[in-house]
Amino acid sequence: MSFATRAGVIRAVDGLSMSVERGETVGIVGESGSGKSVSMYSILGLLRDANVTIEGSVLFEGREILGRPDSELRAIRGKDIAMIFQDPMTALTPVYTVGWQIAEQIRQHTGASKKQARKRAIELLAEVAIPDPARRVDQYPHEFSGGMRQRAMIAMALSCEPSLIIADEPTTALDVTTQAQILELLGQLQQKRGSSIVMITHDMGVISEVAHRVVVMYAGRPAEIGTRTQLVREPRHPYTWGLLGAVPRLDSKRTRLITIPGTPASPLDVPEGCAFAPRCAYRFDRCEERPALHGDDHLDACWLEEPDKVRLRRAIEEAS
Amino acid sequence: MLWFAVRRITSAILVMFSISVLVFLIFFATPGVDPAARIAGRSATPAIIAQVRHAFGLDRPLPIRWALMMDHLFIKQDLSSYVNIGSRVVPQITQAAPVTLSLVIGAAVIWMILGVAGGVIAAANRGRFIDPIIMFVGIAAVSVPAYWLGEVVNLITQGGLHHSIFSWVPPSGFVPLTQSPGEWALHLIMPWLTLAALYAGIYARVLRAELVNALNEDYVRTARAKGLSERRILLRHALRCSLIPIVSLFGLDFGALVGGAALLTEVVFGLPGVGLLTYTSLQNLDLPVIMGCVMYGAFFVVLANAVVDIAYAFLDPRVRVV
Amino acid sequence: MIALAVLTLVILSALLAPFYAHDIAHTNPFTSNLNGTTLVGGHQVPILQPNTQGLGLGVTPIGPTWDLHHYFLGADNQGRDVFARLLYGGRNSLFIGSTSALLCCAVAAVLGMLAGYFGGVIDWVLSRIFDIVWAFPVYLLAISLSVVLLTSGLNLGPLHIGPGSLWLPIFIIAAVYVPYVARPIRGLTMSLREREFIQAAISSGASDWRILTREVLPNTMPSVIVFFPLMVAFNMLTESALSFLSIGVQPPAASWGTIINDGLGLLYTRPWVALAPGVMIVITAVSLNILGDGARDAFDPKAKLRGSV
Repeated sequence: MSFATRAGVIRAVDGLSMSVERGETVGIVGESGSGKSVSMYSILGLLRDANVTIEGSVLFEGREILGRPDSELRAIRGKDIAMIFQDPMTALTPVYTVGWQIAEQIRQHTGASKKQARKRAIELLAEVAIPDPARRVDQYPHEFSGGMRQRAMIAMALSCEPSLIIADEPTTALDVTTQAQILELLGQLQQKRGSSIVMITHDMGVISEVAHRVVVMYAGRPAEIGTRTQLVREPRHPYTWGLLGAVPRLDSKRTRLITIPGTPASPLDVPEGCAFAPRCAYRFDRCEERPALHGDDHLDACWLEEPDKVRLRRAIEEAS
Repeated sequence: MLWFAVRRITSAILVMFSISVLVFLIFFATPGVDPAARIAGRSATPAIIAQVRHAFGLDRPLPIRWALMMDHLFIKQDLSSYVNIGSRVVPQITQAAPVTLSLVIGAAVIWMILGVAGGVIAAANRGRFIDPIIMFVGIAAVSVPAYWLGEVVNLITQGGLHHSIFSWVPPSGFVPLTQSPGEWALHLIMPWLTLAALYAGIYARVLRAELVNALNEDYVRTARAKGLSERRILLRHALRCSLIPIVSLFGLDFGALVGGAALLTEVVFGLPGVGLLTYTSLQNLDLPVIMGCVMYGAFFVVLANAVVDIAYAFLDPRVRVV
Repeated sequence: MIALAVLTLVILSALLAPFYAHDIAHTNPFTSNLNGTTLVGGHQVPILQPNTQGLGLGVTPIGPTWDLHHYFLGADNQGRDVFARLLYGGRNSLFIGSTSALLCCAVAAVLGMLAGYFGGVIDWVLSRIFDIVWAFPVYLLAISLSVVLLTSGLNLGPLHIGPGSLWLPIFIIAAVYVPYVARPIRGLTMSLREREFIQAAISSGASDWRILTREVLPNTMPSVIVFFPLMVAFNMLTESALSFLSIGVQPPAASWGTIINDGLGLLYTRPWVALAPGVMIVITAVSLNILGDGARDAFDPKAKLRGSV
């Protein structure tokens, strides 16, 4: 997938291949600009710009949806695939009540009457644990707190019983306590309904709490893919080590966070070889060449030999 | 909400007071020349000047002079012209006001419809050929003097073409609505269109800019993710939010037009409204009339703005809590 | 680019007005010429012809000859060359428009910066003044000021401006538009004041004067530059309206507005008298507005200025 810009064509996402099973939560993690959000927007046809080209294939319940006309995608968006966005402060239209906006989506995809849709909106607000939903349904977004707005967004996303929910940094704009509550809520609702979730975040802490499987992205390319346990216990890519080091750990003796030196690669200027090489402490000659994603159920894109990875990881863990 | 309205009205009254002081200072305390001679007009006799001096208390302190002016204007309403001796100012204004209101309300309806339609069409067709055309019309609209456009319209409809395609356009003038609604509309249609043409262009341009901004907002992305049609997103979500600044703009312009900015259009089309009254008194330098028109006009503008602000609070739920 | 070229052409033509009047048309556009004749197609023709229609009262001036040497656009009802007046009128319209815009922007920038930088009492007083002038309809304020000052001129201490002076409309127009520019400048200055580099300058003990001139001014300049062409267009239109109402430029001097007013009575017989200056106003204002938009895109995409017709 690429953007044509004044400064040249940007390959925002390159070589990403992933799948989500029913009832599964897949986390996509990476620093800002790593292409996690755009890849998900492109799936749904939310990037409407003549300068964007998307190549590849997106299968949803066995059907190809990439390149479908907008009218067909529209029937999927909000109904089968719902989205939750990062900033609940701006993601709701300010001039309509929260209930109206939830009802609008229900009425768009079902033949519900205004009354039915409103009733359903109240039920949904109750389901996402908003107190006094019968009153709250007639309030405007600005009368909700940040956490409540995100709950309302979740209620809206759930309104048509979607089989897949894409959550784009749903907790980033919230304070820590609210973050935990929202994540818990998402987890509960998923168990109850069995829908799949794609969780986009830059926060390894969030991932380690909710994701079943994790995709680590760097500069628009997948760096490592595996189950949560694999990623957290036996991370293979030096970038993942860095990300994990950036999570505060209670059991750690040292309080200083390990940070990844340098700044993320500019998408305009991705290195020829391994994209992470310029910031990698363990780079060697082979990193001039672009590494392929390899492995069976735990994949990574790093040229280091397997025993070396284990040895280096141990050394890092002992140091911290 | 009620609290907001009370506060807004109070501040409007304060502004009216300040404006009355400003008008007073301009007319009575500008250095240079004797205000009595100025008010009495060009061909005033010493007796009239003495009369003016007494009526406005020009030998008394400034605050009393201000109070006397307000008394003549609003309480006794007996301010009279010294050029056309004996003619009272306030009845003249109240007589002329319906004409001005007819002109401005009709034009406002037309320009709001055209302006909103133009802005939506331009925003929906961003980057296609119709967009720059509407934008250029918007630029032209702020560049054309209203009175001149009126003259051009007159020239077209009353000049050479009057005997062929424009024979239905009546000569300039005004027929009251109560007398004949058909004639009323017929006499006003060209002034309406002239005035509306300019404002429609401006509104289309402003609305387009607002819409384009709104379409980049997060809530539009949410609306897309909900599976709404582009049409619904544009009209129900983006337009609804973009109308808020348009409404406040409308309040300012509507007030300004009724308060005097329509004056040039009235002059050109010979509509006997407050503007034409101001214009004729300007030609005679008939200061009491001008003063009356200015004061009533300014007060109307302030009041209109206050009303709009309160209406605004209904439109935008965010304002109400403030 | 076209806008700039058109504007240059308009300015140039206005500058060449005396040259045209003296050396090409050989006419004095400021004195009436009721009994003169001119050359049309080899014949001497009276400039003012008695009316033959209706009651036969009054006179009809000569129409456009399309001959640059002899009454190119015809005469007005005092027998004066309309084209020469048009060029002279352009001088006054452009001069008043640009001078009052310059004055207005300068005063507004100073007041806006003072109010935004010092805050407190200064800000309160200035803001209230802006509010009142803002709430006062522009035309009504301009009319009030003009009608009072026209009779007597302005005498402020050592400053004397005669009733017929061009400086009268310049001051009036500049004054009424000050809040339109000063308010955004004030807002900009207030946000600048919170920025690190100003805070750093304050804590390093720089004087207010130094901060205002060295730090604040360079950062507010782009907005002022953006406002300037738009204000010139605005002010020119206001001047033409005031002149049309006969309270702007005073006879025998001309501006595009006064010529349109002269043409009002001749609209159906000699439409060019009123049409030509209007066309000039539109061309100039459109160019200025396009330039202003361009300047906004280049300097300050977020600047906002609104005004009524």
